[in-house]
Parts: sequence; C-alpha cells; structure tokens
Amino acid sequence: MPVAGLHPRAGKRGANMTTILAVLVLLAALAAFVLGRQRAVQLAGSTPSALHSRPAYHGAFGLLVVLLSGWGALILVASISAWHVEQALMDQIARAAPGTEIIERQLILSDARALAAGRVASSTDELRQQVAARYASLVTIWGWVQMGVVLGVTALAFGWSLRRIALDWRARNRTEAIVKAILAVTAAVAVLTTIGIVLSLIFETVSFFGNIGWRVDKFLFGTTWSPLSGISAGRIDPDKVGVVPLFAGTLMVTFIAMAVAVPIGLFAAIYLSDFAGPRARAVAKPMLELLAGIPTVVYGFFAAITVAPLLRDGGGALGLSIASESALVAGLVMGVMIIPFISSLSDDVINAVPQALRDGSYALGATRAETVTKVVLPAALPGIVSAGLLGFSRAVGETMIVVMAAGQGANLTANPLEAVTTVTVQIVMLITGDTEATIAAGPAFSLGFTLFVITLLMNVAAQKLVARYREIYD
Amino acid sequence: MNDMRFVERQVTTTTEIKFAARNVNVFYGDAQAIHDVSVDIEDKTVTAFIGPSGCGKSTFLRCLNRMNDTIPICRVEGDIRLDGEDIYDRRVDPVQLRARVGMVFQKPNPFPKSIYDNVAYGPRIHGLAASKAELDEIVERALRRGALWDEVKDRLDAPGTGLSGGQQQRLCIARAVATEPEVLLMDEPCSALDPIATAQVEELIDELRERYSVVIVTHSMQQAARVSQKTAFFHLGHLVEFGETGQIFTNPEDPRTESYITGRIG
Ligand SMILES: Nc1ncnc2c1ncn2[C@@H]1O[C@H](COP(=O)(O)OP(=O)(O)OP(=O)(O)O)[C@@H](O)[C@H]1O
Ligand SMILES: [Mg+2]
Repeated sequence: MPVAGLHPRAGKRGANMTTILAVLVLLAALAAFVLGRQRAVQLAGSTPSALHSRPAYHGAFGLLVVLLSGWGALILVASISAWHVEQALMDQIARAAPGTEIIERQLILSDARALAAGRVASSTDELRQQVAARYASLVTIWGWVQMGVVLGVTALAFGWSLRRIALDWRARNRTEAIVKAILAVTAAVAVLTTIGIVLSLIFETVSFFGNIGWRVDKFLFGTTWSPLSGISAGRIDPDKVGVVPLFAGTLMVTFIAMAVAVPIGLFAAIYLSDFAGPRARAVAKPMLELLAGIPTVVYGFFAAITVAPLLRDGGGALGLSIASESALVAGLVMGVMIIPFISSLSDDVINAVPQALRDGSYALGATRAETVTKVVLPAALPGIVSAGLLGFSRAVGETMIVVMAAGQGANLTANPLEAVTTVTVQIVMLITGDTEATIAAGPAFSLGFTLFVITLLMNVAAQKLVARYREIYD
Repeated sequence: MNDMRFVERQVTTTTEIKFAARNVNVFYGDAQAIHDVSVDIEDKTVTAFIGPSGCGKSTFLRCLNRMNDTIPICRVEGDIRLDGEDIYDRRVDPVQLRARVGMVFQKPNPFPKSIYDNVAYGPRIHGLAASKAELDEIVERALRRGALWDEVKDRLDAPGTGLSGGQQQRLCIARAVATEPEVLLMDEPCSALDPIATAQVEELIDELRERYSVVIVTHSMQQAARVSQKTAFFHLGHLVEFGETGQIFTNPEDPRTESYITGRIG
C-alpha cells in the first residue's frame, strides 16, 4: 500500500539502478576492448610486428581498466551512500524520539525502509512516515550521485585507456600484471578464509579451556561427556567434558567402515585395472563413481530405515541383540559410502604403474595374479596407503550417517552392537540443541578443533606418501 | 617362393628349427602391422631383425612369446610353432610359453625392488631354487652373464631403479637369463648402452648362442653383422629378405634391402 507523498518503491529502484549501472560499465568495457583492438590494428598498419603488444592485449587492457574502475566506483559509492543514509536517518530518529533503545530505533528504521519500498511495516505512525520520506529523498539523491560518479569514472577510464594505445605501449605487460593481481586476490581470499577459520577454532578452543580451568587433561582423558548438564550454574564442569567416549565411538565406527571399504575398494580397483576387460571396465567404473555421488544424507536414512532393522532382525535370528542404533550399522553403511573413494584413488595409482613393469613381469612367465601381487601392488602401495588415509579422514569427519544411525548417548563401550556416539554427532547436538549458541559453542569448537587436527595430520601423512610415490616414477 | 628357399637351406644346415612361423598376419584394430610373414628361427643361432622404424620388428618379436596378448586390440593370425608345437593353440598356456621364451625390452624396465629381487623374481615364481644358497648362486650367475656383477656385487640390496640406464638394461638382461629360457628375444637391447656395455652384451649374446636361440632387433647394421648368423629384413610389415647374415650384407637379393643397408631408406 503506497503512502501518499512517497516515491513508491524507492529502495527497489535504487537496487535496479545499481544493476543498470553495472551492466552499462560492462558494455563500456566490451566497447573498450573492441575499440582498443581496432585502434592498435590501425596504428600498426601493414606492419603488425611494429606493435609491442598484440592488438588483443590492447583491447584486454582497456576492458580490464574500464571494468575495474567502473565497478570499483560503483561499489565505493554504494557503500558510502548506505553508510550515510543510515547515519542520517538514525540521527533523525534520535532527535525525534530521544530516550528510545537502540534496538527500537533500528526497528523504526527498518519499518521506514519497508514503507518507502511499498512493503508492509510492523506499524505505521507519524515518525515512521517522516523517516520513510527522508529515506526516499536521500536514496534519490544518492542515486544521482552514484550515476554521475560511476559514469564519469567509466568515461575517464575509457578515454584514458584508448589514449594510451601506441606502438610501444606495453599493453601485454600491464594486462598480465592486472590479471596476476586478480588471481593473487582470489588466492588470498581462499587462504585468508582458511586462516580465519583455523584462528577462530583455536580462539574458541582456548577460551573453552579457560572456562574449564585449563583442565585439558580432563578434556582429553575424561570418560564422561555431558558438557551442558551443569550449565545453569553458569560454569562448565571439567569432570563432564571427557571426550574419550566420543573418540572411542568415532574410532569404532571408522574402523568398521574401513574394514568394509578398504578390502572391497582395493579389490574392485585391482579387478578394474588388471583383470576386467574394456567392456566390464566401461560399465563398472562409472557405476562406482555414481556411488560417490549419492548424498550422505541418503546413506544416513538408508542406514537408519533399511539396514538397521535388517541387522536387528537378522541378529535376533542368530540370538544376537543388536540395538536399532549401533556402531555396526553406521560403520557398515559408512564403509559403503567410502568404497568409491578407495577404489577410484587406488585405481588411479594402480593405473599409474607403468605398463612396462607389467610387461616385464609377464615376459618372465608370471601370471596375472603374480604380476599384481608382486609387482603392481608393491609399486602402488604408497598411493594405496594414502587412499586409505584419505578415506579414514573422510570417515572420521562424516556426520549424516552417524547422526541417523549411530546414537546420541556418550556411551563408552567396546561392543559394536551397541549405540555409540561420535564427535561429529555431539557437535551437531550442541549446535542444534536448545542451549544458547554462545554457551554450546565452546565445547563444539574444541571438539571441532580436535577433529580438525586429526584430519589434518592424516592428510599431511597421505600427501607425503603420494609425493614419495611420485618421485619414484617421474 | 619364400618357402622354397627355406627348404633349400634346411638341406644345407644341420641345426634344428626352434620357431617356425607361417603366414603370420598381425592387426592392431583394423590396421595391419604384419603382412603374411613366414620365417624359421634356428636353435643355437642368433637371428637379427632389421628394418626401418615402424616396420613391425617389435610386433613380430612380441608374437613369438605372445606378449601381444596383453594388448587388447592386437590380433594375431597364422601359425607359429615352437619345437613343432603351435604356440597359439588353445591348450598352450602363455605363462608357460614365456617361461621358455624370455624377453628383454627396448626401454629398461627394472621392478622397483632391490637388484637381488629383480634377478630372483623369475627363479622364485618358477621355483627354480630349492634353497637360499641356490638362489644366491643363480642370481650371481645371471648377473655375471649380464656383465653387471662386478658393479653391483656390494649393493645387491640397493633398488634396481637407482642404477644408470645402461646398468638397468643389463639388469633386465640378467633378469631374463636367470630363468634359463630356451629362446631369448631382445628388442633393441643396446639402444641405451655405451660402447663398452654394448660389447659386453654382444659377448653375452655370443655366449648364449652356444645353448639357446637368440633373436635380436637392432638398428645398428654393425651390430647385426657382428652378432648374428641369420638376418631378416622387414619393410612396411613385410619380410623382404631372410638369409645368412653375410649374404644379406654383402649380396642382398632385394633392392630394398640393399638401399636400407647402405643407408638410402629408413
Ligand atoms: N600398441 C599398438 N597399438 C596400435 N598400433 C601399434 C601398437 N604397437 C605398434 N603399432 C603399430 O604397428 C606398426 C609396427 O610397430 P612396431 O613397434 O612393431 O615397429 P618397430 O619396427 O618395432 O619400430 P621401431 O624400430 O621404431 O621400434 C607401427 O605402424 C605402429 O604404429
Ligand atoms: Mg620396436
């Protein structure tokens, strides 16, 4: 319901304006490419070698300069305007309604924005109407400013990049420098994100350890895990944060999974690489890879709904009592999930063993089996071990299957037929539970950090092995 | 017509035929690599295969121990007999055949194992040694015949892949002779060797001839002339000429043979 005297949908128009400007800059950049290239070709005339850089580089330089400066200006003006509008409106609200809480002022502001954009606000009063009107006019002004600045900067960049074109203008070197800088920035984003995550893990873990009075020994070696049980008192009881049951559960599930995945995956890889004919290989390999594409959540409910009752009934027939949630069910299904990892990695390393080695063995009168066990597997062993380690770290970090099939109670047991819990399950429970996130975060982060360290060590070991393997054959 | 000549020669020589190949055709998919080759390879003789690159020497050599079986697209037609027995017969196990017909490849391919284990590989899988001492003996004898013993006798536990290219090739030769094959097929065994090692390998070939049949593919006319008694000249998948080495090199019947030997084709 548009309010009289307001520009309807002012906010929306601002957003549209930004999109249009961004597209305009892009078009200008493309034009700079075409014109720049043309200009360079004209300058060179009949002797293309007179140009220091190929015409396409002249065009690309113009494209990059126009695009970067135009979009840069756009982003800059947009952030300044957002900041300024917010400041101005908050001031206005503070003057009109002194003594209100910050949170209430923010509510007023967001209502005013909604009104200006023609959406429904939580309430409409005089103040909100005023703020909305001011908001609309500010947005309009800033819209013009933005358009002027962006178009101006784009035009300048356009003209400058075209004027620079000359026979000895090192457009290629400049273009390469810009591209290199862009690549470096993207790489930096990835690296910085990783560093940020690790730092926050470490920070939260340290503060959690502070909360339990630095009883890291109790954390690492305690056998009771119930971190939130005494939380109402405001402190975490160091006696109830022992992770041994969680890691015991994780390890048990992981070992069951590896016991399933390693033999099946490895033998499948051996069959595919050295025994299967081309036709069997063409069918079986994509099928295995398909297995890797099944989302783990599907494996999870498959484990809980199909495999668990089957095992329970089967076990009952044999006189075994298998809990409906058990390490065995989770481990078996997780093993199936990991088979494609092991088999496709092993298949790669087994195939990387040179055919000349196999030929050498066959020429000495060795059978296929002898060749595989005595020549191919020893040569591929480091790669196979690293495939196993990667599968292991996958299993340790796997969450969905264990959440649905392993159990929740921190139960320290050596019996795979009973329910166990894992590190990942406990993290899920802490974060999705009712306890306030800031309190639950401490134990969750320290579990996550421990898990991270373990997985990291595994991956480093795996990469070392693969590197050594490469040295042998390169 | 070719066959007529063979009959004549058999009358004049007393050595028996080891391999008798008749009308052999080899295909890689649809491409024919060997056209209707018939040849007799004699026992206790060195036979050299010469010819320009890509003419099918390796392909034909690999027919003799059925190594082409490991190439899925490769198809062999015709009749090849070892001591009168068809080696492409259904009942023949290629594994047993290869124990009798050893092979040394163009590119050295030692296993990533110790020098000792490389040489002991064949004797072990065929159970040739009853005891460790016997195996040691076999390994030493093979390495001596491969002209490698003196260089490696102090480091038999070192990896075979750590040797130089020429040493690796001699290791592969030692590995092949350790199983005591009746025929040794050598595909350009000296292409990675220096003149001294080449001379040693040629000496070994000469020595092997006393007991076995040796077939060697070579691009060196001098080597063929030095070590072989019989020479076969291949061209574009055809066996152009086959006969006494002396005759082939001094008085070839086919003009193509002559141009190749004198360096005009290939
Ligand atoms: N594995 C293979 N698949 C398909 N074609 C092949 C294969 N091996 C060889 N050929 C073809 O068969 C023909 C004969 O090759 P071959 O290796 O026998 O030649 P060669 O006489 O040994 O040559 P060189 O002296 O260079 O070793 C060539 O045309 C080659 O391209
Ligand atoms: Mg060859």
